[in-house]
Amino acid sequence: MQKVGTLTRRELSVFFFSPIAYVVIAIFLVVTGIFFTSDNFLPGAEASLRITFGNYLPLILVFVLPMLTMRLLSEEFRSGTVETLMTAPVSEADIVLGKFLGTLVFYLAMLATTLLHVVLIAVYGPLDVGMLLATYLGLILLGGLYISVGLFFSACTRNQVIAVLCSFVLLAVFTFLANYLAREQEGTLRVVLQHLSIVAHFQDFARGLVDTNHLIFFLSTTVLFLFLTVKVLESRRWR
Amino acid sequence: MIQVKNLIKRFGPVTAVDNISFDVGAGEIVGVLGPNGAGKTTTIRILTCFHPATSGSATVVGHDVFHESMEVRRNIGYLPESAPLYPEMRAREYLEFRARLHGMARGDREAALRRVTERCWLGEFIDRPIGQLSKGMRQRVGLADALIHDPKVLVLDEPTIGLDPTQIRETRELVKELGARHTILLSSHILHEVEQVCGRAIIIKSGRIVASGSPDELRQRVSASSPLIAEISGPAEEIRQAVAALDGVGQVEIRSEDGWHRLAISPSQRADVRADIFKLAAEKGWSLREIRREVASLEDYFVKIVAEQQAPGI
Repeated sequence: MQKVGTLTRRELSVFFFSPIAYVVIAIFLVVTGIFFTSDNFLPGAEASLRITFGNYLPLILVFVLPMLTMRLLSEEFRSGTVETLMTAPVSEADIVLGKFLGTLVFYLAMLATTLLHVVLIAVYGPLDVGMLLATYLGLILLGGLYISVGLFFSACTRNQVIAVLCSFVLLAVFTFLANYLAREQEGTLRVVLQHLSIVAHFQDFARGLVDTNHLIFFLSTTVLFLFLTVKVLESRRWR
Repeated sequence: MIQVKNLIKRFGPVTAVDNISFDVGAGEIVGVLGPNGAGKTTTIRILTCFHPATSGSATVVGHDVFHESMEVRRNIGYLPESAPLYPEMRAREYLEFRARLHGMARGDREAALRRVTERCWLGEFIDRPIGQLSKGMRQRVGLADALIHDPKVLVLDEPTIGLDPTQIRETRELVKELGARHTILLSSHILHEVEQVCGRAIIIKSGRIVASGSPDELRQRVSASSPLIAEISGPAEEIRQAVAALDGVGQVEIRSEDGWHRLAISPSQRADVRADIFKLAAEKGWSLREIRREVASLEDYFVKIVAEQQAPGI
């Protein structure tokens, strides 16, 4: 366990050292800011974060998080440091957890910048704190899932571009496509698609509702991808 | 310390390591020699638990590399061929990170850091980002990493590759010093290095061991049957027949120039016939102006083996 802490700290320090991370945060802030201002600061518009956070943030994160995760394991394979890492007395699970948590903490820091928007909205009226907390919980779970997917693809290839594109495609399909298709279908297929749609699970959090159904969805899929990542990493030894 | 038995490693259709067995005893410095692609790095990667073997077994410090992988990793210090490091970290941070991965407590880490800084001469650049260091410096950081947890066994894959002559010499000296306290297995394709540093050499080609022994032993095998060169003046044919008739002489080749005949004599056994030739020349009244043995070096031995000729004496 202590080893996970060490690995997490290292990943975190790499994030704060690397210029890519800052560029990504900047993009994130700019885009979020644009959506925030264009939606909210209109005469007669609802002074709420629901649209920004509920509709737009998942979209933004589908692009942004894979950019953070793309180098996580791909870079280690490419530079050969995977050899010193995997011959040290740490398990693959430690390595994967360390990278996951390091990225998650960095994501939390990035998310914390949205508090700015919260403050700006608070000027216009009392905050619905419950809803806000539920939304942030949803965002953290969502981010966790996206990161685990990105990490998985990073483990599959030495090429960062392939990693980021594959993550992006998979997330886009299950975030947008599934939801869109669900609206077109009826009956069982509709239900199945809704259950596979990440956005559908997230929406309730944005409305202030914490449903265990959705909680389990996010946690179990995140764990699934982390598990798969560990297996892919283990299989690398044989090659 | 290290026992390798019938190790086989296949990557798909390619057999990289083909039934290798050898032992390394405590305190030995053993060199694995071979041309590129011989299987040295693969064997080393199996020992350090990076790859599992296809079949066969290997134990390090009594632990099996496949079944007790963590134990083995705790007891090995490994410097891979490319000395991979994280360019964004400073040398000190990196070594601290590695020490933590080995589960060292803070006090031990600090002491260990001081120890390896001194041992590997990292003092002047310990606080610089690794990305800014030269190849030689990075190699030293890599070596420090291998030493930081004071392992019983050191495995060094081509430790002097890419270094300049001064650094090469320093590294070899360091390896010899370390041999006093650690068991060392190093790989190289520089024979000279193995001759100088190692107590024993194992020559690998195409995944198999083709020769093994101390540098002296190996050299013996070569020189015992090295050709002799002699220059004698006199009647050519008579000389040739007389010399060929001597005990222990195999083939004689003769070449004439300016009244002197240059003989290349291949001994038929491991006998030194130089004295006999001298006596013969003296008896027959022929002038003898040169007699010497072409001492094949370990390098000739190596080249010969690797060129798929049967090495003498194996």
